[in-house]
Amino acid sequence: MLDRPEASNLIEMRDVGKRFANGTVAIRDMSLTIRDGEFVSFLGPSGCGKSTALKMISGLLSVSGGQLAVNGHPPGQGRDNADIGFVFQDATLMPWATVFDNVYLPLKLSGRSRAEARSRVEEALAMVGLANFAKAYPRELSGGMKMRVSIARAMVTRPKLLLMDEPFAALDEMTRAKLNDEVLSLWRSHGLTVIFVTHSVFESVYLSSRVVVMAARPGRVVHDIPLPGGYPRDASYRMTPEYTESCRMVSNALEGTMDHVDLNH
Amino acid sequence: MSISTIEARADAMPDQPQTDPRILRERKERRLRIVMPITAILLALGLWEFLVWYNEVPHYLIPAPSLIAKTLVEDWASLMQSAAFTVKLTLMSLALAIVGGVALGMLFALSRPLEMSLFPFAVIMQVTPVIAIAPLILIYVSNTFVALLICAWIVAFFPILSNTAIGLRSADHNLRDLFRLYQATPWQRLRYLLIPSALPYFMAALKIAGGLALIGAVVAEFVAGTAGQNTGLASRILESSFRNEIPRMFAALFLVSLLGVVIFLITSWLSRAVLGHWHESEIKREG
Repeated sequence: MLDRPEASNLIEMRDVGKRFANGTVAIRDMSLTIRDGEFVSFLGPSGCGKSTALKMISGLLSVSGGQLAVNGHPPGQGRDNADIGFVFQDATLMPWATVFDNVYLPLKLSGRSRAEARSRVEEALAMVGLANFAKAYPRELSGGMKMRVSIARAMVTRPKLLLMDEPFAALDEMTRAKLNDEVLSLWRSHGLTVIFVTHSVFESVYLSSRVVVMAARPGRVVHDIPLPGGYPRDASYRMTPEYTESCRMVSNALEGTMDHVDLNH
Repeated sequence: MSISTIEARADAMPDQPQTDPRILRERKERRLRIVMPITAILLALGLWEFLVWYNEVPHYLIPAPSLIAKTLVEDWASLMQSAAFTVKLTLMSLALAIVGGVALGMLFALSRPLEMSLFPFAVIMQVTPVIAIAPLILIYVSNTFVALLICAWIVAFFPILSNTAIGLRSADHNLRDLFRLYQATPWQRLRYLLIPSALPYFMAALKIAGGLALIGAVVAEFVAGTAGQNTGLASRILESSFRNEIPRMFAALFLVSLLGVVIFLITSWLSRAVLGHWHESEIKREG
């Protein structure tokens, strides 16, 4: 078994593989260490297993080979799932429940009463700027607001690790830029570790301290690129030479993964 | 529930004055929605009355609406007794269909093998016309009321079963993952995820089953004929036709239709009350 990692290593993956029941190899020999407090992006074309990797880390998918430890434990064992927040590609809200009840859900499932949870839920809603929308239903909100509710729900358990699976892919450019800034400020103010899955070079460079570039068929890590740019970052960061240079570097790495992709299909 | 929606809207939008043309238009439309159908029905009845009078159609062929109304008043007590019987039969079969359909639907949703082995029986019960099975049931079951109940139940049961089973499986897969991530117990998953996801399907089935329960009850009564002391509206229609009392036939027919309409209105209202604040099918669009 895996040795207990040093305290600063939150996630350790060693030769992790994932083979689905139908024989598809989604991930082969993925080795990766993510330290406490990092902002890491998984970047790659569709089918490169980036979402699969995220789901294995969350414990939603089992590992079919190698070793994976989160906070020293195999996923889904010996740890409190409240330590992990997960944000899906869609907001994934319950349409029958108010914004308040959607955010309250993780606490409700852990057995906390509404009264006990109230201040935590209100705090999480304030965090994403939706304090006045507690009584609204999801259908009354815009796409960006729904995504904010989804982030508030992930944050309500005060997780150490925030996993985000292409969360802003469906949003317009301006909303996406705004939410990127909000995620960055949450990450900094709450001492989070964030793993952010995306297929946008610019998004990954803007947000992360490190970009893990993955390739498809089979899904694997091809580059692990630490980015030089410091924090805090805002729109002006996009104008710096560091940003441009990082984008160029990551784009080249990503292009390398596309070499044997058949563009005709 | 709807109050909180309104409050949230008020938060999001500036106050609109009561003289807003849109609100006035909406009010006018609501009034029209009540006035128009009533006017149309009254006109149709008037035309009927006029044609019967003008052509001197004998009342044993087509009675005038006024004569049907008169019969309704004269036979009120006995007709009401029959109506009460049909109402009881319909509601009891519907209640049993809900209990049985939901229970079996849950079992189906829990276990695929069980569904695969039992579903054919449910389909056979559904596709065989109840009018063809009813005589058998009346032979095997000595208590007429129970026999009628079984017939009506068979008809109303299937949509509830099938929609409950589909509805319980229809929960969003990301939400399922979310519940797994937060280690929800099976009970929590059922209570907070599967049942709410299944509600729109169940409500759609309830609307259908309400009407079907009445049809099943009427068909079964027809097959049972006028036997027994307690008889429903369908038996009255049959009995009146034997005696050539056409106005009373129409009066009983009117009550059957009325009952169907009332069931429809109640189930529609219930569906709106349960789903109105969130489900697309019951949300009123603005503008």
